[in-house]
Amino acid sequence: MSKIHVTTTVNGDEREFLCTPGQTLLDVLRGELGMTGSKEGCGSGDCGACTVVLDGEMVCSCLVLAGEAQGRSVSTIEGVAEGSQLHPIQQKFLEHAALQCGFCTPGFIVAAKSLLDRNPDPTETEVRYWLAGNLCRCTGYDKIIKAVMDAAAELRQERTAA
Amino acid sequence: MNAPESKDTFKVVGTRPIRPDGVEKVTGKAIFGPDYKASNMLFGAIVRSPHPHARVRGIDTKKAEAVAGVHACVTGADFPTLEDTIIRMGESAGSTTDMSQNVMAQGTVFYDGHAVAAVAATSQEAADEAAALIEVDYEVLPHVIDINDAFKQDAPVIHKDQRQTGLGEGEKAGPNVSTKFVMANGEMAKALEGAAATVSEHYSLLPVHQGYIEPHACVATWKADGKIDIWCSSQGAFNIRMLTASFLHLEIGRIRVMPLEIGGGFGGKNSVYIEPVAALLSKKSGRPVRLAMSRSDVFRATGPAPGAEIDVTLGADADGKLVAADVTFKYSAGAFRGTDAMTGVMHAISQYLVPAFSVTGWEVICNMPKHAAYRAPGAPQVNFAVESAMNELADELGLDPLDIRIKNAVAPGMPSMMGTPFGEIGLVECLEAAKVHPHYSAPLGPNQARGVACGTWMNFGGPSTASVSIAEDGSVLVAEGNPDIGGSRASMAMMAAETFGISYDEINVTIADTSSIGFSMMTGGSRTTFATGKAVVEAAQAVIEILCERAAKMLEVDVGDVEWMDGEAVSKSAGKRLTLKEIAVKSGATGGPISFEKGVNPLDHLPGYGVHICDTEVDPETGHVTVTRYTAVQDVGRAIHPAYVEGQLQGGAVQGIGWALNEAYIYNKDGTLDNAGFLDYRMPVASDMPMIDTVMIEKPNPAHPYGVKGVGEVSIVPPLAAVGAAVGNAIGKPMRDLPISPDRVYSAMNGKG
Ligand code: FES
Ligand code: FES
Repeated sequence: MSKIHVTTTVNGDEREFLCTPGQTLLDVLRGELGMTGSKEGCGSGDCGACTVVLDGEMVCSCLVLAGEAQGRSVSTIEGVAEGSQLHPIQQKFLEHAALQCGFCTPGFIVAAKSLLDRNPDPTETEVRYWLAGNLCRCTGYDKIIKAVMDAAAELRQERTAA
Repeated sequence: MNAPESKDTFKVVGTRPIRPDGVEKVTGKAIFGPDYKASNMLFGAIVRSPHPHARVRGIDTKKAEAVAGVHACVTGADFPTLEDTIIRMGESAGSTTDMSQNVMAQGTVFYDGHAVAAVAATSQEAADEAAALIEVDYEVLPHVIDINDAFKQDAPVIHKDQRQTGLGEGEKAGPNVSTKFVMANGEMAKALEGAAATVSEHYSLLPVHQGYIEPHACVATWKADGKIDIWCSSQGAFNIRMLTASFLHLEIGRIRVMPLEIGGGFGGKNSVYIEPVAALLSKKSGRPVRLAMSRSDVFRATGPAPGAEIDVTLGADADGKLVAADVTFKYSAGAFRGTDAMTGVMHAISQYLVPAFSVTGWEVICNMPKHAAYRAPGAPQVNFAVESAMNELADELGLDPLDIRIKNAVAPGMPSMMGTPFGEIGLVECLEAAKVHPHYSAPLGPNQARGVACGTWMNFGGPSTASVSIAEDGSVLVAEGNPDIGGSRASMAMMAAETFGISYDEINVTIADTSSIGFSMMTGGSRTTFATGKAVVEAAQAVIEILCERAAKMLEVDVGDVEWMDGEAVSKSAGKRLTLKEIAVKSGATGGPISFEKGVNPLDHLPGYGVHICDTEVDPETGHVTVTRYTAVQDVGRAIHPAYVEGQLQGGAVQGIGWALNEAYIYNKDGTLDNAGFLDYRMPVASDMPMIDTVMIEKPNPAHPYGVKGVGEVSIVPPLAAVGAAVGNAIGKPMRDLPISPDRVYSAMNGKG
């Protein structure tokens, strides 16, 4: 099967890869590009463990064909922290014990960041509905919601201070 | 040593530090089961049966082998024939031949999704293509899914000569009955006759899946020296080692299992599914092989927890004191025997003191995947029935549902179902805390109602090993053999820090592979913080003793003169103290490396109890149920890391709510699973849930250095009946069948239920 040559930007780095027409962006991220932070919980768009941001839009990377990434910009969990400086959402996940097994965590953090990037002051209900596409079987969501609300508050403070 | 009686004097235990593996997990660096890659690795694919029951007449792999890139095919014929032995694995036990056949069918497929063959190729695409070309010739046999149907004398026979245990002399049971387990005491008929009020009802539940988000995955390599390395995520690397060894007929020492981070298990990753297959593919191909399940494989071939049909009769005197409890249930087992019927019997009424009781549990084989442990395995189903009946009994007597429970609750010193007296258990404290909780008296809105229930899990101890070593510069290293599913590295580090009297950050915890530490039973049964924690504390205490000896040498005093205080060896007579670091850097001159490995096998665990309060709102137009407020009260012994203990209470509660409202295995008439995906198997999502309020009652276990009881499982037990009661109270009709789906609620509201 002939492969497609794709050039794309991943977390600011220009990357190239070859993929088959049927391969998903998640397959390529985890396989060809060796970035296993995005997880596959279902492969069908139902769990959100594979959440990435594609040209500013939150997507399930298991539902995006790798070929579609041509010329576009992908942000993954690996790009959320700046070097060793955690993003406030990551820090709040740790402080609130918002992860147990941690398998859903990358998806939740990417999704939560995408929410706070567009809505800095969400209500609890807005957070719950924004994250309704991300499954967590361990935590019962309580601590995840609190971590995101707390991160939102901190980011608002940082913004006012800046 | 540093294990004082009062919590106030703890420095580390009871605080909420950040877990050691946290940063790796919030940045996407942690390596879970599906993330591991080996050099020159092949990709495997498994062929699964599309039939619920069929004889495999033949398997033709020729076309598959012709696919470019294919290096090996494996079928049931590649598995050695085993002598049947029973292996105990903590909460469960199993027969080796059953479990080996479950890994790959050997002549007969017993459920939709049963593995029949496997292939390994240079790419996943090639492996999938080849798997689709493997031709399996099936002779379809009659199947049976429903418990009541499978229980019948004339049911389709699943296993000829099914081994049946627990039947009375001359007692005949249907061909698919595998177990009858009974516990009884007192004179039932007489006790019921004298009862002022009785409730006698039938309850039912469908099988549900553990629902961990990480699908099973592994890499195995069969090396030239005949040894096997396996990388996988599981609840117990030692379990994977033991089962792989027994299915492949190898000595245990030839297999080394490297534990990867585990993305949830809840009992479902105690079993072995793919590791022996990957090992055989590797043996044939001479290369490392990766096998990974898809989500639909996970639903079709792993889990679930038993479905159940349950009859309960409760009798009480006019004051609400129970005089009799008669419980009979049937649990499904899936294709092979399990053990949940036994634990079901043990947990059926163990929260109450009942003078006359009879509990009978039947286990029934049916054409579903071999059931697996799920958080408090066997307890939630029967608890749903008994606690729902208890709520109906309270209604009948006009009693408050918490009051009737307080009247009947077991307390320290009372006899358990086995007759032995209870130790320091905390059910009464939980019930009383629930009663005074503001939630219990909060006003309710229109279409809203409240329900309560209590529940228990025995918890567990058992074998664990931990080692503590001091590096040349005084760094403290702890190694344990239990995977960290929910923050256990943190609790081990905290207990070690408390014992040494040093700070939490100074402890480094590693989950060791099976060749690098002594045996440890799986992470399950709510045993890890209790048993492995005990091993860590005792290993640390032994290291402290060595440190004191070395300090005595350095200070030239008698060892009896040296005491360990706050991370330092103190000699009163010499008026000197040496820090851990000072002793460590001189260890070369005082006797060499300082370390200790401790194996323990504690069985003085204590059961845990929980009481849950649930408010629901029912939409009168659709029957849809929303949980509007939820509180979980639990006797946690002592919370080492309270945030992760709360997390256990919250996570279990939400799994229980999902079980009550949405989740179910749905088979069609052809016996294949209709909802093998997260879209149709609907687990709770964030927008379904309110915050889950928690109340931790701390009644320490005196047998543990820090009072740990185990907390992981109790929380899934009470929600089923608490949710059921809340909905029942809202619509004025008891809900006796799970899941409480909108159509069932709607029918009940409109008189069709
Ligand atoms: S893996 Fe993409 S949504 Fe589940
Ligand atoms: S922390 Fe395990 S699935 Fe969310």
